[in-house]
Amino acid sequence: MSDPSGAQARNPLYRAGFAVTERRDLWWMEPLLTVLGLGVGFGYLTWAAFLGNPEHGHYGPYLSPVYSPPVYEWFPSIMTYLPAFVSPALLILWAPGGFRATCYYYRKAYYRSFFLNPASCAVGKPWEKYCGETEFPLVVQNIHRYFMYLAVVILAFLWYDALKAFTRDGPKDYVAGAGSVVLLLNAVFLSLYTLGCHSLRHLIGGYLDCFSTCPTSKLRHTAWGGVTCLNERHMLWAWVSLGWVGFTDLYIRLVSSGRLADPVLF
Amino acid sequence: MDKYETHESDVLVIGAGGAGLRAAIESSAQGARTALVCKSLLGKAHTVMAEGGIAAALANVDAEDDWRVHFHDTMAGGKMLNNWRMAELHAKEAPDRVYELERWGAVFDRTGDGKILQRAFGGHRYKRLSHVGDRTGLEMIRTLQDKGVHQGIDIYMECTITRLLKDGDRITGAFGYWRESGRYVVFKSKAVVLATGGIGKSYKITSNSWEYTGDGHAMAYEAGAELIDMEFVQFHPTGMVWPPGVRGLLVTEAVRGEGGILRNSKGERFMFKYLPEANKKDFAESDEEARRWVDEVLAGKKPTVRRPPELSTRDNVARSIYTEVKEGRGSPHGGVFLDISYQPAERVKKKLPSMYHQFLELADVDITKEPMEVGPTCHYSMGGVRVDADSGASTVPGLFACGEVSGGMHGGNRLGGNSLSDLVVFGRRAGLGAADYAKSAPSPRPDGREIEEAASIVSAPFDRPDGESPYDIQRDLQTAMSEFVGIFRTEADLEEGLRRIETLKARAKTVGVAEGTRLYNPGWHLALDLKNLLIVSEAIARAALLRKESRGAHSRLDHPKTDSHFGKVNLAVRNVGERMEVRETPLLEMPAELKKVYDEVETPKAVKVP
Amino acid sequence: MPEQRSFRVFRGDAGGGQMKEYTVETGPGMVVLDAVHQIQATQAPDLAVRWNCKAAKCGSCSAEVNGKPKLMCKTRLDDLPADRPVEVRPMRTFPLIKDLVTDVSWNYEVNKKIPPFTPKPNGEWRWMQEDVDRVQEFRKCIECFLCQNVCHVLREHQKQPEFFGPRFFVRLAALEMHPMDAADRLDLTHRQSGVGYCNITKCCTEVCPEDIHITDNAIIPLKERVVDRFYDPVRRLLRKLFRR
Ligand SMILES: Cc1cc2nc3c(=O)[nH]c(=O)nc-3n(C[C@H](O)[C@H](O)[C@H](O)COP(=O)(O)OP(=O)(O)OC[C@H]3O[C@@H](n4cnc5c(N)ncnc54)[C@H](O)[C@@H]3O)c2cc1C
Ligand code: SF4
Ligand code: SF4
Ligand code: FES
Ligand code: FES
Repeated sequence: MSDPSGAQARNPLYRAGFAVTERRDLWWMEPLLTVLGLGVGFGYLTWAAFLGNPEHGHYGPYLSPVYSPPVYEWFPSIMTYLPAFVSPALLILWAPGGFRATCYYYRKAYYRSFFLNPASCAVGKPWEKYCGETEFPLVVQNIHRYFMYLAVVILAFLWYDALKAFTRDGPKDYVAGAGSVVLLLNAVFLSLYTLGCHSLRHLIGGYLDCFSTCPTSKLRHTAWGGVTCLNERHMLWAWVSLGWVGFTDLYIRLVSSGRLADPVLF
Repeated sequence: MDKYETHESDVLVIGAGGAGLRAAIESSAQGARTALVCKSLLGKAHTVMAEGGIAAALANVDAEDDWRVHFHDTMAGGKMLNNWRMAELHAKEAPDRVYELERWGAVFDRTGDGKILQRAFGGHRYKRLSHVGDRTGLEMIRTLQDKGVHQGIDIYMECTITRLLKDGDRITGAFGYWRESGRYVVFKSKAVVLATGGIGKSYKITSNSWEYTGDGHAMAYEAGAELIDMEFVQFHPTGMVWPPGVRGLLVTEAVRGEGGILRNSKGERFMFKYLPEANKKDFAESDEEARRWVDEVLAGKKPTVRRPPELSTRDNVARSIYTEVKEGRGSPHGGVFLDISYQPAERVKKKLPSMYHQFLELADVDITKEPMEVGPTCHYSMGGVRVDADSGASTVPGLFACGEVSGGMHGGNRLGGNSLSDLVVFGRRAGLGAADYAKSAPSPRPDGREIEEAASIVSAPFDRPDGESPYDIQRDLQTAMSEFVGIFRTEADLEEGLRRIETLKARAKTVGVAEGTRLYNPGWHLALDLKNLLIVSEAIARAALLRKESRGAHSRLDHPKTDSHFGKVNLAVRNVGERMEVRETPLLEMPAELKKVYDEVETPKAVKVP
Repeated sequence: MPEQRSFRVFRGDAGGGQMKEYTVETGPGMVVLDAVHQIQATQAPDLAVRWNCKAAKCGSCSAEVNGKPKLMCKTRLDDLPADRPVEVRPMRTFPLIKDLVTDVSWNYEVNKKIPPFTPKPNGEWRWMQEDVDRVQEFRKCIECFLCQNVCHVLREHQKQPEFFGPRFFVRLAALEMHPMDAADRLDLTHRQSGVGYCNITKCCTEVCPEDIHITDNAIIPLKERVVDRFYDPVRRLLRKLFRR
């Protein structure tokens, strides 16, 4: 019988220590791939934000998502107050960056692969102390919903950018280059990711205990159902959208620096 | 002898399935100090496996339904051998018990207008089974468990009771051991409620778990109580037959309730030809009619045609499948085909999720694409302790029984879904009855000598380290019962069965514990359960021998007809000085008003021939 | 012609033990629990194991097969690599009793701390299927405690006193999202259940034999409800201002 205080007699089979496990499959593969994937994705975006030439961030109507919305153009004076190493992209990227950093899926991914907390299921850890998300700094993860609000706003701009990209030869002519499609897909993937957010799922209807009481709650149920549908693939869209943002930025840089020609599609 | 611990209560409930939990909840609500013991962990009792639903005439789906029809169906299904008073109380109170479960937190599937949804089942004229997908039992046991835990019942898990203790004539407690440590424990109690479930482990192919060794039946018998209807063992028509490891696992009747079709290897829908003359008119005559019934039901409409033949009673469907296989029209692994794959895959997954997974994971069969192979499996014991309908009191003062271990409610054949409702209706009544009895009963005074005797029986297998393996004896008993006391019986077979049981009884006396200590030792536990298995097996065989007719779940090849003489009696088994006595006892006379109720229902109202 | 496979099963008790080799005759569709039963019936009558239903319905037969938490009755031999013996060990997070049986009573103690279903005093007992789909998912739980076993907060850090574990987040969620429930368990969820210890790494979801999306559907929504009341700065301010 267990101690009423809840203290448990250790099972004699228990052994502590990093990577101690009886599993025989390739349990380390997933965290390893995650480290590589996140390394490449966020590595590239960090490079783009700090070192990338802002001049290459746009081409015709194309605007790289790294620089959108263009706050630095709305308030040009800001840049003059900021230290030199702050690139215009940094004015924007903290928001989507924070959104992803506090996203429930990314949290899982980096807690496992970077923090080894735990690296995989039923596998020993290198740490003895643990306080989860109960203390500073990780308790801050709880404000994820505020990043979500920002992300939704930014998403609107990205849609604007995407539609604008279809006016390649001036505002009157609907001419699409490959870049237009790249930007459109960027907005689509980011929507699929953002609209599958757990916080959104809660706020849009998940907080209700009963959905069928009145017409508005029925509406919320429908909305909640939609978000849930995307939420089930949240991990997939997290990766696809991350990759695509990077690719979009790279594509525009290559085109605007003249290393690649943007083919006209129609 | 070794020291033992003692616990005292007003009411001791043995068994924590639906019946035991409901009894304990009621008794503690009455203010009686209540203790609850079970062999497994809490919430793992058989009730957790029940799938299809709980029968109650809520009339949420078919407005014509009411308790009278339910009463009628139950009596007709039981071939009129039922204790009419139990059938009446059951039909009247089941709806209240279902609503009560909902008030305690159970979450049943809903109708389009937000009421508890009900589905069709064999033998029930209307759609009557409240359900949660196909895991109704889990919903029920979890609900009762949580209710009980928060009501201050003392719960003792993984403790096996081996003997009821008596003070003169009356019950005064029970003796048992902790499975974990092997130490002894005595429960002193003014009243004892048996809710130990069934006897399925007497048979080789069964849907029942290791727990179903007939402990309650045997302990009551040894304490002098009467068992009735033991010859009626329900073989569920649809158990899995392949692969061997899962042979006997239940395929819920809900598959047929949702429109599942039975076919033999020639593709014939054979149930049409096995419908008994008496109620043939209640069933569809053709594929088209049956198909239309399913379509209408799926569309949520009231059926305008008659039910498919697969919804005949279990005894009949089981015999039909058995016959088809015996006559060479079986499936490759000795069953028949049950097909639901003609329905939309999503619907099958939603309404029968655990069947879907069970077949996919254990048998590599995707039931949304291909038919299942099924065959009869030993499922339920209609027989059990004779009880007073209103209070659950047995013939021994202070001993109460409810649930599968009690007899009388289901007569010669139980309808699907009538067990879960039986558990809550009579669980509550037994809890009331026991708490009431305990108020005026003297304090319990178990006799030291009896406890010592019980303890020495329990420790005996340790004295025979070279004794016989309990696993072998159990296997041989199961083979004997399946072969000689199975679905179809003859005098010669039954006598052979009894001879085998005698030999096994002698062998059981030499059973030993070859390895291990008292610490969680399954070999030892089984050695102790053998005695109970042998008692119930003998009771089944003896009663079956005496009932020279075919009725309900009891089919005698040498007496294929019903015999009106046996329609007026229950067979009762008693322990008379170390001998098992079986005698005929007259049925309780049904009062005239109730007879009228029964007859009035006779003509089916909802059925129209297209 | 029956094939043979070798098994290594943990034999021992709280005092210690070791893995023992057994050879088992296998048949089609056999699961690990069948093999354990065969060992019991023919070679080791005292091999301790819990089981009831053999159909993944009761949640008794939890163990670690080749290092992974599984229900033995649902783990097919043909899904396990044949080149090495199958290893079966008891769940590690709970105190060992004997062989494959562990003392899971702590879980039952936790359950007692959660206020039971408390119906609204005069609500109408009508609700739609879509209102309870969520709750029904949680109520599928068979209390196998595999999620409790695998959760690193319990397994590695033994936060038993302060952390209820995924099974009971599922239970809390089932009660909190019940359309007719009137009790408030958010304070308990925040202050006692230790939901903040969960770092949503989803091992519980990975092992749940009932496919309950424990993390996505129970824990994260609970965390969001906790945020509503205890973290969201704007809501807290509004509550202060309007005193609700
Ligand atoms: C697979 C399956 C599906 C079913 N589906 C349905 C269905 O859909 N609808 C329906 O109405 N019925 C169904 N039934 C039948 C129904 O589930 C059972 O008849 C019913 O659950 C029995 O309940 P009970 O409370 O009498 O016993 P159980 O739930 O079996 O409980 C018995 C209790 O007694 C304890 N016990 C036994 N012996 C001892 C002892 N010696 N000492 C201490 N404790 C002991 C056990 O540990 C257990 O807790 C189904 C049965 C099975 C097997
Ligand atoms: S998601 Fe949370 S509860 Fe589940 S295993 Fe991980 S830490 Fe434990
Ligand atoms: S939530 Fe899943 S894993 Fe956890 S106890 Fe329930 S069924 Fe088992
Ligand atoms: S949970 Fe991933 S974006 Fe909010
Ligand atoms: S035996 Fe019931 S879950 Fe495995």
